[in-house]
Amino acid sequence: MQKLSIEVTVNGTTYRRDVEPRLLLSDFLRHELGLTGTHVGCEHGVCGACTILLDGEPVRSCLMLAVQANGHTITTVEGVAPNETDLHPLQQAFRETHALQCGYCTPGFLMSLLPFVETHPNPTDDEIREALAGNLCRCTGYQHIVEAVKLACRLMHAPQDA
Amino acid sequence: MTARETRYFGKPVRRNEDPKLLTGRALFVDDVDLPGMLHAAFYRSPYAHARIRAIDVSAAKAMPGVVAVYTAEDLGDYWQPGPLLVPPPPVHKMPVFNKRTQVPLAKEKVRFVGEPIVLVVAESRYIAEDALEQIDVAFEPLPAVVDVEAALAPDAPLVHEDAGTNIAAHVIQEKGNWEEALAAADVVIERRFVYDHGHAAPMETRGIVAHWDARMQTLTVWDTTQAPIPIRNGLAGMLGLSEHQVRVIAPFIGGGFGPKIMMFYQEEVLIPWASMQLARPIKWIEDRRENFLAMTQERYQIHDAKIALTRDGKILGVWDSFLHDTGAYIPYGLTVPLNAQCTLLGPYVVPHYYSEFKAVFTTKAIVTPYRGAGRQHGVFVMERLLDIAARELGLDRTEIRRKNFIPPDAFPWDNEIIYQDFAPLVYDSGNYEPALDKAMEMIGYRRFLEEEKARYRAEGRHVGLGIVAYVEGTGIGPYEGARVQVQPNGKVIVATGVGTQGQGHFTSFAQVVAEQLGVPVEDITVVTGDTAEFHWGTGTFASRGAVVAGSAIYEAAKAVREKVLRMASEELEVSPDDLELADGNVFVRGAPDRALRLGDLAIAANPLRGAVAPDTEPGLEATRYFGPPRGATASGVHAMLLEVDPETGFVRILKYVVVHDCGTVINPLIVEGQIHGGVAQGIGNAFYEKIVYDEHGQLLTASFMDYLVPTAMEVPPMEVAHVETPSPWNPLGAKGVGEAGAIPVGPLFAQALEDAFDNAFEVTEIPLSPQQVWALVHGSKEKQS
Repeated sequence: MQKLSIEVTVNGTTYRRDVEPRLLLSDFLRHELGLTGTHVGCEHGVCGACTILLDGEPVRSCLMLAVQANGHTITTVEGVAPNETDLHPLQQAFRETHALQCGYCTPGFLMSLLPFVETHPNPTDDEIREALAGNLCRCTGYQHIVEAVKLACRLMHAPQDA
Repeated sequence: MTARETRYFGKPVRRNEDPKLLTGRALFVDDVDLPGMLHAAFYRSPYAHARIRAIDVSAAKAMPGVVAVYTAEDLGDYWQPGPLLVPPPPVHKMPVFNKRTQVPLAKEKVRFVGEPIVLVVAESRYIAEDALEQIDVAFEPLPAVVDVEAALAPDAPLVHEDAGTNIAAHVIQEKGNWEEALAAADVVIERRFVYDHGHAAPMETRGIVAHWDARMQTLTVWDTTQAPIPIRNGLAGMLGLSEHQVRVIAPFIGGGFGPKIMMFYQEEVLIPWASMQLARPIKWIEDRRENFLAMTQERYQIHDAKIALTRDGKILGVWDSFLHDTGAYIPYGLTVPLNAQCTLLGPYVVPHYYSEFKAVFTTKAIVTPYRGAGRQHGVFVMERLLDIAARELGLDRTEIRRKNFIPPDAFPWDNEIIYQDFAPLVYDSGNYEPALDKAMEMIGYRRFLEEEKARYRAEGRHVGLGIVAYVEGTGIGPYEGARVQVQPNGKVIVATGVGTQGQGHFTSFAQVVAEQLGVPVEDITVVTGDTAEFHWGTGTFASRGAVVAGSAIYEAAKAVREKVLRMASEELEVSPDDLELADGNVFVRGAPDRALRLGDLAIAANPLRGAVAPDTEPGLEATRYFGPPRGATASGVHAMLLEVDPETGFVRILKYVVVHDCGTVINPLIVEGQIHGGVAQGIGNAFYEKIVYDEHGQLLTASFMDYLVPTAMEVPPMEVAHVETPSPWNPLGAKGVGEAGAIPVGPLFAQALEDAFDNAFEVTEIPLSPQQVWALVHGSKEKQS
């Protein structure tokens, strides 16, 4: 199959690759670039595990072809925190509230929620649940995830020290 | 373990494993990438039941990038039916057991849609799937066996012709004499109940990477299994290798919930074998459609049940006869129907019990345990019988339960039948009334019935209350083991054989060790699921990790503690009784400057020169095993308020409370998470999730568009409270909690739904759906008019 050249910026690094037109973006990220933090749960766009940020917006990387990402900027879960110690407030909040169990769906939840927590200083439970509704989690029953989002919003929008 | 105030044990410690998972740095099976790795895909049966007349793989083999194509014929002597994982139980009456286990690749006949027929290995998964389309199989379709009652008709087509019947097993268990109960009864209630369970649907599907290193003569397998050690042992046997040549790693696993304990899946048998044939690493990752078709699931049982009672609501006896859909094969034996049979008895005194079941072969996916593992089915029958009895006798539904609870001073309580672990079903401990009282208080039982319900109704709203009780047999044998070792840097390594799929073992097991050694939880690394690290054990199932592996870890940590005290008492010249362990040091009580680092003791315990005392083992290390004589029985009460829209049949949960007793709690945060997740799956099972096979045995619900896993919109906030009745049968006092949340939700929905319409109809079937609710509501209205 004839390959096409693409250029994609992922987590601040620009990659040039020749890929088959049929290659899924999720497979490109995971298996061409080795960014395996993005997980694949269903490959039909329901579970949300493969969510990434494309030009700052959450999208499902299993519903896009790699060639469609040509010229775009992507953030994956690996780009959210520099290491395992200096976590983003949303990641910290997930840990504090026990909002993950097996952790397989977690990167997708984080990527779906990042724009939400940035823009919602004080969301209601209903707003949070609606924001979560596009991602499936089979372990937690969502309650601790709702708490994590609340905590993250507090941490991110706390008044700065004078 | 005493109930004294502790630093680590019983605390809501945040998890050690989270930073890796939160930053995308945890290793799952599909993240394994090896040089020269090939990719596998399976051609699976499109028919539920058909004879295979011919298989033509020539076009697939000729495709560029295809490395190998295997059919059953190519496997030679390696083609064998899989092992019977759980043999039939030692019950007194078992007229039939037909052992029929799955085969690696279907040979003459296929028995369910999704059964593998051809294995393709190629340079990429994309090419492997291209090749599947070039495979030509000539099928002669046979009539599907879908309905379990029709399967028992004399002229029914047979799933296994050589068995001469579709009955996989027939088991009878009895306690006392049902006829006596019947003779003494004031009231006998008889109903038919259908309880259908579903797909586990873990977010990570199954997957395997196998790497045969021809020069090292070693096989390494990364597998999404809940039981890495038995997989290692079995693979070594099948492949003619020594166990030390095979290393099985169950790395981070994206949820298991039961089906990942099933062994051996066809793919687990084939991928390592193919890697040895080709001397290259091979990866197979299941896609979601394959997961729906070919991973094991749970399905339905039809119970014809009777309960005999006195006029004042005392249970005299229960009679139950049920059919269990076991699917095309029965590799996991009778665990699921036995659980249903045993768990039906619940927290109640049932003097006489007759229970009989037939497991039935059908041309559908194999049934093996999924979270609850048949317990749901039994609990549904008993709780429904009690609700109906309470109505007929004019009793309050909580009173009839209270009246029949096993009293707290009657333990250990012998139910006189055989449980799934083949031991007599004996409850270790329990205290049921406090849980019921607490649940009634939390849900506002009296206030709802006396005031709120009428107020809702005056507003035109249908709100009902449900409250049900259950027990869960957990923490069964045979055994687990663990090694605890203090490193020269003072950090501690704990290795155990069980795998982990999100239960928080990296933290709860560390808490057990931290408590003994006074080392902070974050300085304790727990290694699970790697046969190179610890190679004895069985696996993670039956809510047994914390109880069985946790107890082995406790014993090993205690032995290391004793060695620390012995060495330190010699070094510091004080009695061991005057020593304390904290912050990675051992020190003289009241004189914290007279201290030794545990790391330094570990170095001293492994000298390079000099003589050590005879019979001294090197290092600060101990290995211990724990095998409980019997399981630990957890229990609980769930209650909820359910609002039902009579026009659409949709429901909304207004309040959900759980009072749970899992004995001593190691980490309340983790226990709460386990309960939340269990309830979410129970809600899915009760109202949203349904496996639908059509009359041809085609699965109609093979995607998340059709099989509705609840989202954050469907799962309500839950209030969780605990009663702690420690188990006397393990040193931690712990009972399992993994499955509990999921078990009682079906009967809870049924009762609340009936209550919302003042018992105008009876609910005898789970799962419910908006259509069914609408039909029940409108059917009852037609009856009245």
